[in-house]
Amino acid sequence: MSPPRTLYDKLVDDHTVARLDEDGATVLLYVDRSVLNEYTSPQAFTGLRDAERKVWRPERLLGVVDHVNGTAPVRTDRMPDAGGAGQVAYFGRNCRDFGIELFDILHPNQGIEHVVAPELGLILPGMVVAAGDSHTTTYGAFGALGFGIGTSDIEHMLATATVVYRRLKPMKVEVTGRLPVGVTAKDVVMALISRIGADGATGCAIEFCGDTIEALSVEGRMTLCNMAVECGARGALVAPDDKVIAYLSGLPRAPKGAMWDAAVASWRGLKADPGAVYVRHEVLRAEEIEPMVTWGTSPDQAASVLGRIPDPAAEAAPSRRRDAARALEYMGLEPGAPLESVRIDRAFIGSCTNARIEDLRDAAAVLRGRTVAAGVRAMVVPGSTSVRRQAEAEGLDLIFQAAGFEWRQSGCSMCLAMNDDVLAPGERCASSTNRNFEGRQGAGGRTHLMSPAMVAAAAVCGRLADVRRLGS
Amino acid sequence: MEPFKRVEGVAAPLPAANIDTDVIMPKQFLKGIDRAGLAQGAFHDLRFDEAGAPRQDFILNQAAWRETRFLVTGPNFGCGSSREHAVWGLSQLGIRALIGTSFAGILFDNCARNGLLAITLPPEEVEALLALVSQPKTNRLTVDLETQTIEGAAGVWGFEIDPSRRHALLNGLDAVGVALARADEIKAFETAHLKRHPWLA
Ligand code: SF4
Repeated sequence: MSPPRTLYDKLVDDHTVARLDEDGATVLLYVDRSVLNEYTSPQAFTGLRDAERKVWRPERLLGVVDHVNGTAPVRTDRMPDAGGAGQVAYFGRNCRDFGIELFDILHPNQGIEHVVAPELGLILPGMVVAAGDSHTTTYGAFGALGFGIGTSDIEHMLATATVVYRRLKPMKVEVTGRLPVGVTAKDVVMALISRIGADGATGCAIEFCGDTIEALSVEGRMTLCNMAVECGARGALVAPDDKVIAYLSGLPRAPKGAMWDAAVASWRGLKADPGAVYVRHEVLRAEEIEPMVTWGTSPDQAASVLGRIPDPAAEAAPSRRRDAARALEYMGLEPGAPLESVRIDRAFIGSCTNARIEDLRDAAAVLRGRTVAAGVRAMVVPGSTSVRRQAEAEGLDLIFQAAGFEWRQSGCSMCLAMNDDVLAPGERCASSTNRNFEGRQGAGGRTHLMSPAMVAAAAVCGRLADVRRLGS
Repeated sequence: MEPFKRVEGVAAPLPAANIDTDVIMPKQFLKGIDRAGLAQGAFHDLRFDEAGAPRQDFILNQAAWRETRFLVTGPNFGCGSSREHAVWGLSQLGIRALIGTSFAGILFDNCARNGLLAITLPPEEVEALLALVSQPKTNRLTVDLETQTIEGAAGVWGFEIDPSRRHALLNGLDAVGVALARADEIKAFETAHLKRHPWLA
């Protein structure tokens, strides 16, 4: 009998075209699907053109404009700057010339790639999805192995339907118990990152399990797997269950009829074998997790919103002391102050981590009947144009606008600020995004990561605030 | 891709943890459709102040590190965005190898695809190298991929590397060409794979 395998091992084995070294640590891995965007793909297409190579099975691929476009409430096809316009134009030409389906800026399905592909049913359990964006790990919520690749590997994937892949070490993260009210999937993953560190899962693929994970919605699992890359994981998986199958059922691009039945039967087997071996096993207790906020410039510099800004002097290792001190200097924060005393200038709800319909519902529930504090500029950028439509059908747009939020069009927007949605130097933002790096939301901008409901609470209070204390 | 065999030159210490690709290549340099002009962007906000003048406190602006070929880095170097622009920028700046305790996965692969050698060493050895290359007198290293060694003023360190990665770097291989040579194998796999999972076809 063959030894018990992890879910990760099964997916890699099922996509291995060839072993490239003796022990099988490096393989040629078949890629079922990829999503392309305008900013990481241009040089890959130029490489193909220069070498006169074709795209292998272009029907595997989807192009989406998301990173550089504006999000002004009235949509046009004008880009905020000439560089972005050039990228979008070249992207359009590449998709046309190589026969790749494209959701351009005015397309009714346009949106952030990691929101768009799943909502159409393009991401299915058991797939390998490699794409030119680090948050491709999102697809693990469906039991698909998603991982980010650079532009050279995009070129490789376009030309050969494969990537040269080094096997990761499987790591198990088990979350058990009931999440307290007001605590979300975002808080779970932020708690994990702060515990194991920004490189805690480097070289690993995480398999999430436990009753807390089973109780999460599919969208919550997407948030979880999306942000797992911020602790270094280059793959994050949840075994597909009835919730995933119900979510996919009837989506426009999901299989239909007898094909659907065959697919579901095969997906039922997508789980780790009993006794499968992991290099590491982390256990989190759901009851102990509180709403999280970051205080520093790395996603692992985070704490419960009820905590205080840490004192770098308390760090034992000199290197960690230096990094923490530098982070506080950049963030303009004093050690020892309660996190709830930190005042904000901006509030942003958006990104592939937290701008799906459930996220907007969560935030709107906090904002209903409340208004944004004076002096705070707040905006919502829905994860996709479909999410925007759905929210409007539910009247969420009216709640956001009544509260004083701008209701914008879809895109990556101020998650990475490659368009005209940027923080001014020194501005402080409560943000539902995934990276609080120096300058991420604009040169000199200061980002505090948190859940969408927590962003709403911060917007209302004008400072970081525990959403649970607002009451309902 | 330029092969990597044996390179000799100045090494600079960058000990901070988690230097992310937004810091290595800020967003204003990501708007091109080619790879040009990224040397200017590499570490831009660390190298230049708001007025565009070089910051003297940044190591790569100091006279003894002007010709830097190697970076000795803190843990988790290159985390964050997948942007390969970060690696293109480092290469255009003249960097040929990175030496550190750990690198983010995507950056690690991007380095290999561009002839940039990323070497992982245990923390105590990286500490020793950081101390060594922080002094102008001892900041030169020789990195030899054939013998898998780093030579400095205070000794020689061996390093491990995947055999397939070593082979590609030593020979400056075009990875796409190598894979396309196996096109029949890929095709056969694909046919069988789509037969097993017909809903993917
Ligand atoms: S929303 Fe942010 S993290 Fe997600 S794909 Fe866009 S830029 Fe990347």
